[in-house]
Amino acid sequence: MADRPGGRLPVLRDALTGYALLAWMQVRSALAYRTSFVLMALGNFAASGLDFAAIALMFAHVRALGGYALPEVAFLYGTGSLALGLADLLVGSLERLGARIRDGTLDTLLLRPAPVWAQLAADRFALRRLGRVVQGLLVLVWSTGHLDVDWTPGRVLMVPLMTVCGAVIFGAVFTAGAAFQFWAQDAAELQNALTYGGNALLRYPPTVFARDLVRSVTFIVPLAFVNWLPALWLLGRPYPLGLPGWTAFLSPAVAALMGAGAALAWRHGLRAYRSTGS
Amino acid sequence: MLYVAVAAGAFRRYATYRAATAAGLATNTVFGFLLAYAYLALWQQRPHLGGYGPAQALTFVWTGQALLAVALIAVGGVDELQERIRSGDIAVDLHRPADLQLWWLAADLGRAALQLIGRGIVPLAVGALAFPLALPADPATWGWFLLSALLGVVVSFALRYLVALSGFWLLDSSGLALISALAGMFFSGMVLPLRVFPGGLADLAQLLPWAALLQVPADVLTGARTGTGLLRGLLFQAAWAAALLALGRLVQAAATRKVVVHGG
Repeated sequence: MADRPGGRLPVLRDALTGYALLAWMQVRSALAYRTSFVLMALGNFAASGLDFAAIALMFAHVRALGGYALPEVAFLYGTGSLALGLADLLVGSLERLGARIRDGTLDTLLLRPAPVWAQLAADRFALRRLGRVVQGLLVLVWSTGHLDVDWTPGRVLMVPLMTVCGAVIFGAVFTAGAAFQFWAQDAAELQNALTYGGNALLRYPPTVFARDLVRSVTFIVPLAFVNWLPALWLLGRPYPLGLPGWTAFLSPAVAALMGAGAALAWRHGLRAYRSTGS
Repeated sequence: MLYVAVAAGAFRRYATYRAATAAGLATNTVFGFLLAYAYLALWQQRPHLGGYGPAQALTFVWTGQALLAVALIAVGGVDELQERIRSGDIAVDLHRPADLQLWWLAADLGRAALQLIGRGIVPLAVGALAFPLALPADPATWGWFLLSALLGVVVSFALRYLVALSGFWLLDSSGLALISALAGMFFSGMVLPLRVFPGGLADLAQLLPWAALLQVPADVLTGARTGTGLLRGLLFQAAWAAALLALGRLVQAAATRKVVVHGG
């Protein structure tokens, strides 16, 4: 579709309109079953809340974990959860690609005049996933009230910036994980290791983990840029690997790079796709 | 025998999902590492928290990852059964010359057996290679652990079967399944061992059926339960299994009496 007259901009517009229309349709259909919707949203809220309950239970026994007090861990938890929650809300449905390949319904999407990625991301768009977003936001707000931090304009700005970059990084992981399913249709659970696993990692301070683990999520799969590096700068804590200070501001670049890489993987996967034709 | 054939069929069926097993395994292993480091940080400050030593706490983590898929700790229902109740296909199942509960129990045991091999052994082995675990040297303890894990699977099934049967009344049982899954995560010891919970909550949680899913098997393996403690643990699991299966039969009888299949 890239060779259409008018270049890339109309394609992007089609993608956004297609996404918005499909997502809105899903929201309306979900709201038709109001009780079920409310229950599921509350369930998502509680599921995410359990993780924080576990942390709170740990802090019932200790004053600090890895040298970090509860508000600091809560700040890490809130920023990580919020980033993952937003990515999951907007593009989490991509993980259903394998199922759509198996039952042959991906072919329907290929025929429609909107990018497959946008259609798939909006497919089963589930507003109930707002539960996780809200829960992450609540913990984040609570933590900012209890942190002993001088809130300069730079620090205040860093919070939305890292949230957006973090959501893009997780969105790239969702996209790359979906692209992988073009080759391995049953492997939907693998990306959970990076998305939910990444979230589970980023809620604890890096001082808790072995150096090699911290190195690999900084340099190989740079999830550390979701919140560890920017948040530790904000909290005035040194990053265990002794990286120079400016690396805390690299999140936008990392997010852009990962987004580009995921887009390439996606295009490659989509081009390699051969329908069973049945 | 019929139910053995059902179990064997489920075993073979799950054996074909190789990519899914490998993907799940990778995820279990990653989570095992993350939790292990978090627990280490906790137990370094409080070396006897909940009565566990650091090695026992780490063993608890990896046992949890090994049993997560086996006992379907984070799953609240029986997806396929729920779908059959919702679509009305259940009417066909009720005409079969087989008992509904035993059929699904047999299928679940077949699935669990495959996943014990496919997703249980590797996380424990990886954990044992990467961390100092407190695994028993005595083969008898391993035997007790397997028995305890089996009872855990039966309790898990009995709970999920009840949730699935709720579909006869609720039509959409996914909300209840989600809540039940959350209870499974929290009260099985998956997010934190139940003995580490604060006072009264710890006592209460260890009486609830979800404790049979992970807390008891893990305590058997880590050596936190020996002698009469071991026996009491197994009895606790068996009692919940019997009670919940019996309740499932009652609900099943009530449901089949009232079943009305939609459509013509």
